[in-house]
Amino acid sequence: MTSTSFTINGKTATVDAEPDTPLLWVVREHLKLTGTKFGCGAGLCGACTVHLDGKAVRSCQTQLSEVGGHNVTTIEGLSPDGAHPLQKAWVAEQVPQCGYCQSGQIMQAASLLKENAKPSRDQIIEHMDGNICRCGTYSQIIAAIESVARG
Amino acid sequence: MTEHIQAFAFSRRGFLIGSGSAAIAVAFGTIANGTAEAAGSANIGTWITIADDGIVTIIAPASEMGQGTRTTLPLILAEDLDADWSKVRIVQAGASNELYGNPKFNNQQQTVGSYSVTGYYEKMRLAGAQARKVLLANAAAAWYVPVGELTTEPGVVVHAKSNRKIGYGELAKIATVPDPLPAVTKADLKPSSQFRLIGKDIGRVDVPSKVNGTAQYGMDVQLPGLLYGAVLYPDVQHEKPLQIDDTAAKAMKGVVKIVPLPFGVGVIAETVEGAMRAKEALKVSWSKTTPAQSYTEDKILAEYRALAEDWSKTGVDMVKKGDADAAIKGAAKVLAAEYFSDHVSHVCMEPLNATVRVSGDKVEVWSGSQAPVVMKILASIGAGTTPDKVTVNTMLLGGGFGRRSDGDDVMHATMLAKAADGRPVKMIWNRSDDMMNDKFRPLTAQRIEIGLDAKGDVVGWRHRIVNETYLGRVLPPPVFKAIGEHDEVSGGGGEMSYAVANHRVEWVRAARGVDVGAWRGIAAGYTKFAIETLVDELAAGKGMDPVAYRIAMLKDDLRAQAVVKTVADMARWGEQRQGRALGFAYSDALHSHTAAAVEISVDDKTGAITVHHIWAAVDAGLAVQPRNIEAQMRSAMVFGLGAALKEQIHIKDGVVQERNFDAYPVMRMSEIPPMDVKVISNDAEPTGIGEAGVPVIAPAIANAVAQLSGKRLRHLPMTPDRVKQALG
Repeated sequence: MTSTSFTINGKTATVDAEPDTPLLWVVREHLKLTGTKFGCGAGLCGACTVHLDGKAVRSCQTQLSEVGGHNVTTIEGLSPDGAHPLQKAWVAEQVPQCGYCQSGQIMQAASLLKENAKPSRDQIIEHMDGNICRCGTYSQIIAAIESVARG
Repeated sequence: MTEHIQAFAFSRRGFLIGSGSAAIAVAFGTIANGTAEAAGSANIGTWITIADDGIVTIIAPASEMGQGTRTTLPLILAEDLDADWSKVRIVQAGASNELYGNPKFNNQQQTVGSYSVTGYYEKMRLAGAQARKVLLANAAAAWYVPVGELTTEPGVVVHAKSNRKIGYGELAKIATVPDPLPAVTKADLKPSSQFRLIGKDIGRVDVPSKVNGTAQYGMDVQLPGLLYGAVLYPDVQHEKPLQIDDTAAKAMKGVVKIVPLPFGVGVIAETVEGAMRAKEALKVSWSKTTPAQSYTEDKILAEYRALAEDWSKTGVDMVKKGDADAAIKGAAKVLAAEYFSDHVSHVCMEPLNATVRVSGDKVEVWSGSQAPVVMKILASIGAGTTPDKVTVNTMLLGGGFGRRSDGDDVMHATMLAKAADGRPVKMIWNRSDDMMNDKFRPLTAQRIEIGLDAKGDVVGWRHRIVNETYLGRVLPPPVFKAIGEHDEVSGGGGEMSYAVANHRVEWVRAARGVDVGAWRGIAAGYTKFAIETLVDELAAGKGMDPVAYRIAMLKDDLRAQAVVKTVADMARWGEQRQGRALGFAYSDALHSHTAAAVEISVDDKTGAITVHHIWAAVDAGLAVQPRNIEAQMRSAMVFGLGAALKEQIHIKDGVVQERNFDAYPVMRMSEIPPMDVKVISNDAEPTGIGEAGVPVIAPAIANAVAQLSGKRLRHLPMTPDRVKQALG
């Protein structure tokens, strides 16, 4: 058991856990930020996507030891008031159904728009294809991202 | 329109609408349950509370798993109450068949079979109308005016003549319950021309919480002193642990207890990662006694096929109209075909989990389930107590699709919690647990024989469905017997709107030791594949266009015809596609009329089918939330695409082979074709929309492949290997 400190959503957190503990469990169960979801534990579905130093990563495949001293952003910290353009677009397009994958979808989409503010439809699909939505809301997700890209 | 709804006063500030299991309690005051209890009616769950500040709190009796029910059902009530939607708050119901049972689902509080809007619609409208009448009566008394001069605007009673208005909250402060209560019938309901909510696309109440991380699923429960649970299960379902070596697991930091269970070995730990690590460190030998030990799907399917064609082995009559056997015997020609469908898995994005606290004889459960009362019963069994000692908190469901009504998760979590000395335990299945212990859509063989006269017209139709039972597993044996062992989940879906005078559908139960379950679309997910592809063959036999043939066969059903015609128009059905083909299917399953046309191509080298476009329409009666219905159609069609093209569970000697999304691929964004959906609304009572889009996809694709290649595909999923084999 070691103590690891990092920044999460702008605040410093110190966690006592094994260094190989998946960041997913650190975020969800140690820090109680449950917006980040457990889907597959194997980096296959994207439900656990967070930002590590601004880049989308699968938190189930990221160990606590890798985040010491770094910046983690979860869905709770994407914007101070839940009003990130993607979050607004997600509501406008009524994207979520069961909604369980949507934190990961939004975090994945946010990393795309950070690098490429005007992605094409093909670029959106390529970037988002690792994120599974079992409810099949894909066409609404594309519409929401496109609406933000259009500005 | 003569049905009356009765109401009974239970206090000055509250009253009951309806009686017995149909009762809806209404209260005026500030706190929902507090008000009812203050009125001396602790056992009355208050459905509607109109508070002094004008906030109207409405109970959501069904579980929200993405289909929008938490919004739609309260909205139906709010319409006839003429509530101000911005002042409506929604509270998830507790577990009670008596208070919250679905009137059209045997008064069971279960969110299954696309029954929620269908079942609660009338009850909630009448309740809203009667509560509004009580408010009007109070306003009339306060103002000394005839009640007939009063109208409402959202949340406000209006007396136009004297230009007076009073908010529902103001009225709630002074309201008394008139004796007798005003009677209410369907004639009192708001005419559809005056709807403010129904048919208007009101945003879903759960959506904002699902974009900022605040939505609370079962997985998200946090409680003081929370422990974490994991269970090591056998590779073959229902085997038992024989020898347990837990030395290594026990020595791991944070492990609280190892709990031997009849069906596995449980671990309780201080952290989730600790529970999962300790589970992996357990060494367990298992019994090898269940029939599933010899379960391999090819072998079972061959046995099912033999049963399907052996008419001497009788089953349960699911449909019996006329005399199909005699008609086929006397037919000029018989068309026969066999169909197969593999197991498919639910793989809800949220793996199964449950949180339970057992303190003394009190049990509290937090679970995203489709069947709160089932959870209550199973938790009581797991804890060794009675259901009245169990409280169930129904959380949001991260996908349900039929998996979250079984309650094995809740029962197992309860058994762990019982060993946790009063601390709550959150038991989480990993993805592998979730897939290996799924209750799959049943592996199924079907045989259909159709008798034709000399002109190629149908004189008799018989259909046999062979698979394992679902209801026979989950219902108590006397209850299953009482319904004539009619398993609508495994053996249903044989009904047809087509004009066939002699029709027989028989379901043959063939238990082989692997549990099966309800999977979105239930039996229609495979029966419509058989029926709708054979209908195309019948059309071809008569030299008719498949759409024209369906319209002819749907001669008694104008709504069905309209759906078929709509889709044909949307798809420009008559137009040839270069190198591609269209296929069509219609479904009357899940109480709604649905049709789809798909445009596909096939890669001759690989056998891979590409779906380029889907056009679909649904008539689910009155469209309560049209945009949500469209979203549900898209969702169900994506589900249908997975089942049609790729989803497939293999079981070898009882061991499920697929453990995660790599081996069990579901549809991804890059695989979704453009989908055009039309929602047809009319004045008919609303019917199911959560599943209606599933059954049409597989047959439409198979029909398109037949159009393109002349080859009939009869085995789901239609994987490239199977397509290649069929193409020869």
